[in-house]
Amino acid sequence: MTNAWTDIKNTDLVVVMGGNAAEAHPCGFKWVTEAKAQRGAKLIVVDPRYTRTASVADFYAPIRQGTDIAFLLGVINYCIKNDKVQWEYTKAFTNASYIVKDGYAYSDGLFTGYDEEKRDYDRSSWDYVMGEDGFAVTDPTLQHPRCVWNLLKEHVSAYTPEMVERICGTPRDKFLRVAQMISECSSPTKTMTSMYALGWTQHSHGAQNIRAMAMLQLILGNIGVRGGGMNALRGHSNIQGLTDLGLMSHLLTGYLNMPTEKETDFETYMSSRQFRPLRPGQTSYWQNYRKFMVSFQKSMWGDAARADNGWAYDYLPKLDVPAYDVLRVFELMNSGRVNGYICQGFNPVLAFPNRGKVTSALSKLKFLITMDPLETETARFWENHGEYNDIATRSINTEVFQLPTTCFAEEEGSLTNSGRWLQWHWQGGSPPGEAKHDTWIMAQIFLRIRELYRKEGGPFPDPILNLSWNYHDPNEPEPEELAKEINGRALTDLRDPADPNRVLVPAGKLVTNFSQLRDDGSTACGCWIYSGCFNEAGNNMARRDNHDPDDTGAYLGWTFAWPLNRRTLYNRASADLQGKPWDPSRKLLEWDGTKWTGYDVPDIAPNARPDQVMPFIMNQEGVSRLFSRGLMRDGPFPSHMEPFESPVANVFNPRMRGNPVARIFQSDVAQFGTSDEFPFAATSYRLTEHFHYWTKHNRVNAALQPEFFVEISEELAALRGVVNGGWVRVWSKRGSVKAKAVVTKRIRPLTCDGKVVHVVGIPLHWGFVGAAKKGFGPNSLSPFVGEANIETPSYKAFLVNLEPTTAPGVQS
Amino acid sequence: MNMELSRRGFLRAAGAGVAGTSLGAMGFSEAEAAVAAYVRPLKLANTTETRNTCPYCSVACGIILYSKGDVRKGERAEIVHIEGDADHPTNRGTLCPKGAALKDFVQAPTRLTRPMHRKPGSDRFEPITWDAALDRIARLMKDDRDANFVLRNDAGIPVNRWTTTGMLAASATTNETAWTTFKVAKSLGIVGFDNQARV
Repeated sequence: MTNAWTDIKNTDLVVVMGGNAAEAHPCGFKWVTEAKAQRGAKLIVVDPRYTRTASVADFYAPIRQGTDIAFLLGVINYCIKNDKVQWEYTKAFTNASYIVKDGYAYSDGLFTGYDEEKRDYDRSSWDYVMGEDGFAVTDPTLQHPRCVWNLLKEHVSAYTPEMVERICGTPRDKFLRVAQMISECSSPTKTMTSMYALGWTQHSHGAQNIRAMAMLQLILGNIGVRGGGMNALRGHSNIQGLTDLGLMSHLLTGYLNMPTEKETDFETYMSSRQFRPLRPGQTSYWQNYRKFMVSFQKSMWGDAARADNGWAYDYLPKLDVPAYDVLRVFELMNSGRVNGYICQGFNPVLAFPNRGKVTSALSKLKFLITMDPLETETARFWENHGEYNDIATRSINTEVFQLPTTCFAEEEGSLTNSGRWLQWHWQGGSPPGEAKHDTWIMAQIFLRIRELYRKEGGPFPDPILNLSWNYHDPNEPEPEELAKEINGRALTDLRDPADPNRVLVPAGKLVTNFSQLRDDGSTACGCWIYSGCFNEAGNNMARRDNHDPDDTGAYLGWTFAWPLNRRTLYNRASADLQGKPWDPSRKLLEWDGTKWTGYDVPDIAPNARPDQVMPFIMNQEGVSRLFSRGLMRDGPFPSHMEPFESPVANVFNPRMRGNPVARIFQSDVAQFGTSDEFPFAATSYRLTEHFHYWTKHNRVNAALQPEFFVEISEELAALRGVVNGGWVRVWSKRGSVKAKAVVTKRIRPLTCDGKVVHVVGIPLHWGFVGAAKKGFGPNSLSPFVGEANIETPSYKAFLVNLEPTTAPGVQS
Repeated sequence: MNMELSRRGFLRAAGAGVAGTSLGAMGFSEAEAAVAAYVRPLKLANTTETRNTCPYCSVACGIILYSKGDVRKGERAEIVHIEGDADHPTNRGTLCPKGAALKDFVQAPTRLTRPMHRKPGSDRFEPITWDAALDRIARLMKDDRDANFVLRNDAGIPVNRWTTTGMLAASATTNETAWTTFKVAKSLGIVGFDNQARV
C-alpha cells in the first residue's frame, strides 16, 4: 500500500476492483465504512460476483474476470475525452511531457518489437528521446505528437464505452456511471483510493492490471495524498515483510536484485545500476544502490566481504534464468531435476496450480522437509485419502520430514503489514510438545551443514563457512539481535565528510537509518529499507503511542513504517509546485519557505525546493511513469489481453492467446482447454470465515462454512439441470472436482462480444486434513501459467465444464 | 475516534475493581454488565496479557493474548483467551470471524508436537528425534549440494548456484525469522527460493 489502513477514512471515493475487502480484510474495510459515515464517501465495486463488499457499495458493476485493463483504459479514455484530468499534477508529476522514440508503436494488440518465436519483445524502441545534454527531451506544452500524453490519448481511444461493454460484459450505462463517479476525483480537493488484491495479481497480465489503475490515479492526482493511493491489501500477515527482505528467487533484501550470470563481477553488476537522473536536479535515490549493496554483503559475510574480492560478489549465486520461481521449480521437479525441497509454512499441494502436476512433482523428490505448526496436505501428499487424494502410496519413494514449529502466539518479532508498518509482538504461550521456533530449526540445519563442510570440504564452501553468525546463542539467534542486524551498524567510526574530526556513528553502534550507510565497507546493513527499525533509540517497532494529532490517521508514534517511518509514499505530491497542499483540509506536507513541514516524514530531502525537486524520488525522472519505458515485459502501456483460457477471442487480435509474452512450458501446452470443450469462465476466491487452508484446523471456522461448494447463476443451473444444494462435477483440462452447488443471484451471466458467458465461482479452503469436511480446491482445476513479469499463477480466470453428479464415493 | 483515554486501560481498572456501575455508564446493558463484571476480573487479574498481532491477513490487527502462566518469568504459559487490542489504531479492539477464533488455531488438535519421518515407500509417519531428523536432513542436503552444485557455467564464469534443492519460505513468520532463513538459503546457493508473495 502507498497509504495506510487508517488513512482510508480520508477518502471521497473507494474503488474496490480485483479484491473483496469486506470479506477478506474485514477490520481494514471498517475504514471504508468510516469514510462513508463521516465524510459521505462513496464505494464502487467492480467484480464478476456480487460480493459482500458489493452489498454495501453505492454502485456495483459486473465485469468478466480478466478484462480489468479494458475497463480501466476505458475510464482513462473517458477522463481524457471529458477533460477530467488533474492537469497541474499530471503535467508536473508524471512523464506526460516526455518525448518517445519514433520506433515505438502499437497495433493489432501488439507493441513494436514482438518476436513470436521467443514470445518476447525487443523493447529498445520503448524509450525516451534523449537530448545532447544527456537528459530526456520533454515538451511541457504537451503539443508534440510523440509526447507520452498524446501517445496515451491515442492508445486508450479504442476503449470506448461500447468496446468496454463488448470485452468486459459490463453494460454501457453501468460503465459510464462508474467512469463519471471516478472522473469527479480529478478535482484537487476530491480523492479516490484503489483497494485491490489477488483479483488483479493472479492473471497472466496481473502487473498491467495494477499499472492501469495507477495511471488513472496519477492523471486524477490521487497518488501521495491523504485518502488516495494504490493500496494492495495483501494476504499473509508478513507477505510484505518477506518480499521486502528478498525471500524470492530474483531478489536480495530491500529490492536489490540477485545477480545474473551475465553480470560476471561486482563492477559489471553495478554498471547497469548507476541510476543517473534523467532530468536536471532530480533525486534518483537508487544512485545510492552501491552503498546498500556493499552494506548488505558486509552484513552477510563480514570481514570476508572486502574491496579486493568485489565484496564477496562470487558468494552470491548467479541466475541463468529470470527467476527460479515456484512454477519453474515445480516444472523442473516434475521432470526429475529437483531432489530436495523444504516447505516452511507453505502448502503447495493446495496453493499451486494444477494439483495433479504438483503431486506428481513431489512424488519425484528424494526428500521433502516441511516446517509448520499444523498438519498440511503437502506433508501427507503420499497418503491415500480416496477420492480426495487418490495416490499409490507404496510407489512414492520420497523421504519426508515433518518438523513442528511454533505459531504466532509462541514467538516474538516483527511483522510488516500492507501499510508497511513493522509491528513487534511478544510471546504469550509456550510451544506445544517439542515444537520449535523456525529460527532454531534454520540454525540447526545451517550449523550441521557448516560442520560437515568444515570436516569434509566440498564445492565452494566459502559462503557457508564465512556466513556471519555472531549470535549470543548460535543455536538460536534471538529476535532482537536479528532485528539489529537488519537495521545495520557502523563497523568503523563513521566520520562527517565535512568535518573529519566529528564522529557521526562510533564503531559498533547501530546506524540511525540508511542515510548513514556507506559503500567503502565501513557499514553493515541486512536490509536498507528497514534501517531505522532498531537503532540506538531502541526498538522502534515496539513503540505503541496511538496519538494522532489532528486526526490525520498517520499515527507516527505507533511502531515503525518503512522507509524512515514514512506513512504515505510520495507524500510530497500532496502539494503543488509552490508547496501548498492541493487540498488544505487534507494537508499532509507544506513548504514553509525553507523546509517541508506537516504530518508525515517527507519523502524528499526536507530542504528540497518544491519547484525543483519532483516527488517520485525512486525514478530517474523524478516524476511518475504513465509510459513505463522498457521496464515491463508486456508493454510500456497496459493493453487488453485475454486470459489463456478465455470464453471469447481477443477482439484486437483473434490469433493472440493470453499474454503474448507469458512463459509457457511445453509440457503444459496440451493442458490448456478451449471454450468449445470448457464453455464456462471459472474464478477462485476465499470466504470471510476462512483463511486459506489454515482455518480448516479450527473447529469454529470449519463449522461456519462447512462444505466445499461452487457458486453458479440461476441461468447456468437451468442450462445444466442443476438444483440448489445438489452435487455437481466441475472439470477442466487438468482435473475434476465434486462440489455442492449454490445457485445464486449473486452471479449473473454476462454478454461479451455477442456471446453469453457463464461464471463459475470456486472458493478455496478444503483439503484432506484438519477439522473441516474433506473437499477440493480450485487448484485442482487451474492452469500452470504465470504472470509475464513476476510469474504469479493465473487463478482468477480459467475455463471449466459443469454437470450434475452424485456425492463423492457414491456411484451414479 | 479520539483515543485520549485508553479504553483497555479503563476496562482493566473497571474489571479489577468497580466493574458494574462504570460499565453501565459505558452503555452496557444490565445483563452484559453482569457478565462483564464476572469475566473481567477472571481474565485481567488471573492471567498474563501479551501484545501480539493477528497472523492471518495483512491488516495486522492488534490482539491481546491471555495466558495462564508467564513465559517472561520462565513459567509454562497456556493461552486461555485471545481478543482484539482496543488500543490498536487499525482494529480498535475488533476482530473478524477468523481473528475471533484464533484460540482454536493455537489449540487445534492438529497442531504438530513432535518431528515425524516417512520412509520411502511407507504408508505412515513415524516419530523421530530432533537430532536424528536434523542430522539426516543436513546429510541429505550436503550430499545433494556436493553432487549438483554448479561452480561455473559453460563460459567458465563462476555462478555458484544450487538448483536441485529448493525452498519455500513462510510469509507468516517474523521478519527476524525471515532474515535467518534468507541468510541460510542464499549462502547455500539455493536459487529455487520463494515465498507466498509469488502466489
